[in-house]
Amino acid sequence: MNVGLEHYLVVSTLLFALGLLGVILRRNLLVIYMSLELMLNAANLALVAFSRFNNNLDGQVFVFFIITVAAAEVAVGLALIVALYRKRQTTHVEDLTTMKL
Amino acid sequence: MQDILNYIFSSNGLFWLFSGMTLIFGFLVIANPFSRNPVTSAMFLVLAIASLAGLFVLLRAFFLAAVQVLVYAGAVMVLFLFVIMLLDLKAEERRKIKSFGIVAGLVSVGAILAIFFKSLSSSRLGGGQSPALQGDTISLGKLLFTAYALPFEIVSVLLLVAMVDVVLLSKKDLK
Repeated sequence: MNVGLEHYLVVSTLLFALGLLGVILRRNLLVIYMSLELMLNAANLALVAFSRFNNNLDGQVFVFFIITVAAAEVAVGLALIVALYRKRQTTHVEDLTTMKL
Repeated sequence: MQDILNYIFSSNGLFWLFSGMTLIFGFLVIANPFSRNPVTSAMFLVLAIASLAGLFVLLRAFFLAAVQVLVYAGAVMVLFLFVIMLLDLKAEERRKIKSFGIVAGLVSVGAILAIFFKSLSSSRLGGGQSPALQGDTISLGKLLFTAYALPFEIVSVLLLVAMVDVVLLSKKDLK
């Protein structure tokens, strides 16, 4: 049996599920961020697989843009985490309940 | 040389190797049974991203595989490690994962996996049996500077905005 589009999509789905599980399970902001990166990479894998098996290069250009935006997002998010840590000395989401009534 | 490359690409072993490595390292990022240290998670994220770059090579997306290694495994992960070293995260390791979180996580992930696989099995996936696409630098660069020239410029503005934002956020006296 040859590896086809379905195989890559299943791997991408499982990777996305792992990232979602990490976001829900872990309570550390940095690890939640890494799980978000996993989910972005799962979407990238699906896009590249579709691009290859439909003979269309547009999907790879999308992945290029996603990688760029993800790099910008990580920079801004980590700056926010550092600013938050300066004020509160924690990166644990359960300690950040200022907006709770 | 070309024969060897063709043989490597046509065999399925590398796909199973790289996808298995991606999933195992991805699991170790989120739920490492031996260490709860964020540094360990970051290191396993580097490995997961590198094996994902291997999958990109198998899909003939050579340029994206290189960008994946350079940008993700290089720049982004160095940024992560730098921030982890900057913060003192000793107290984080002693925290317990709540059982409610495990149950909620497994239920929601099971639900979304069921939706994914149902739609995957009921949809007719197009795509020829012998794809001939090559995602090399030349063809991708041509596309990027002709059809996608405007989004490319907008992304450069976005990067500038992100840079200004980070400089402002990391000031000492944040208003």
